[in-house]
Amino acid sequence: MHSSPRPTSPHAQIYRWYLTSALSIAHRITGLLLSLGTLLLGLGLLTIAVGPAAYGHFQAQLLSWYGLCGLLLWTLCLYYHLCNGIRHLFWDAGYGFALHHANASAWAVLAATVVLTTSTWMLA
Amino acid sequence: MAKFRLPAASRVRPGTRHTEAGGGQRRRVHVYRWNPDQGGNPQLDCYEIDPQRCGPMVLDALFYIKDHLDSTLTFRRSCREGICGSCAMNVNGANTLSCTQALPAKGDIHVYPLPHMPVLKDLVPDMSGFYAQYAAVRPWLRADNQPQGREQLQSSGQRAELDGLYECILCACCSTSCPSYWWNGDRYLGPAVLLQAYRWIVDSRDQDTGGRLDELEDPFKLFRCHTIMNCTQSCPKGLNPARAIAEIKKLLLARTL
Repeated sequence: MHSSPRPTSPHAQIYRWYLTSALSIAHRITGLLLSLGTLLLGLGLLTIAVGPAAYGHFQAQLLSWYGLCGLLLWTLCLYYHLCNGIRHLFWDAGYGFALHHANASAWAVLAATVVLTTSTWMLA
Repeated sequence: MAKFRLPAASRVRPGTRHTEAGGGQRRRVHVYRWNPDQGGNPQLDCYEIDPQRCGPMVLDALFYIKDHLDSTLTFRRSCREGICGSCAMNVNGANTLSCTQALPAKGDIHVYPLPHMPVLKDLVPDMSGFYAQYAAVRPWLRADNQPQGREQLQSSGQRAELDGLYECILCACCSTSCPSYWWNGDRYLGPAVLLQAYRWIVDSRDQDTGGRLDELEDPFKLFRCHTIMNCTQSCPKGLNPARAIAEIKKLLLARTL
């Protein structure tokens, strides 16, 4: 017999972070941001269809400080999601489940993201 | 849908402080408390204990508190050697067996029940949903044609398939560490039960592999696993439920090819 409704024990509030869990939620967040970025890309294509004035306006926004910040974020998300997606492909094939492998691949994904993003911006 | 905040009545409030009389060092142990007879919100009580007089493990600290400071503290325990799985709880943010978890060298210690479970009292969660899910995979040998009058033989290679699986003690550390299980625990079976399901799938003596895979081919039962890896990080027996789940996914894929 229980006299009071049972509480739910604390979960996300108290659970510690691991590199693996942080990268997992980051995969989801970057996927979401990439979808939003794709909407903006579609908007840009629409302005091309509308005419030079509209596209010029869009381009000006894109090259403003906040536009460039957004583009930087978008490339970061793109490369992170791409690299971590490859990590997921290895998992789907059954490789890389030992904890030291999962941690090593996590660091590799982070390093590859930074390298790919900086080289893209240095070349662009 | 994921509910990141606790329901209002489940939010933990600051509790009372209990200090051991006498001199010596003091170590703070914060423990989740909830009493069904009193109701109300759970609270986090603080116990200041002398680490010199207490045993080395987290379970020893809980016993020390129960013996010297507060006899009302309630927790499950039995074997005190990591084989029964009763004392699974959340210690400093990670699920573990409190009997095999040494007290950290320094700093405060926080002890909560296994996460996202209905609490019966203090550190005792209601495990009936978890056990029902375990029963749902029918975790026993399904075989119509068993040899009569002698044991069923396995090669050492077939037996080795069960290593890393048979050691699971069903403490639920992994399942209750998994965010997918927190948000979808009513439909997702969770890492512990899926590891057990795989244990029977790969058993060479079991004759219902196809049936077992059929039962798991479901967007929720199996495929809520997103390889977050909290299960493998938390397993106090050093097993790898994430790998077992991936192997089930691979078998499901392989039989469609």
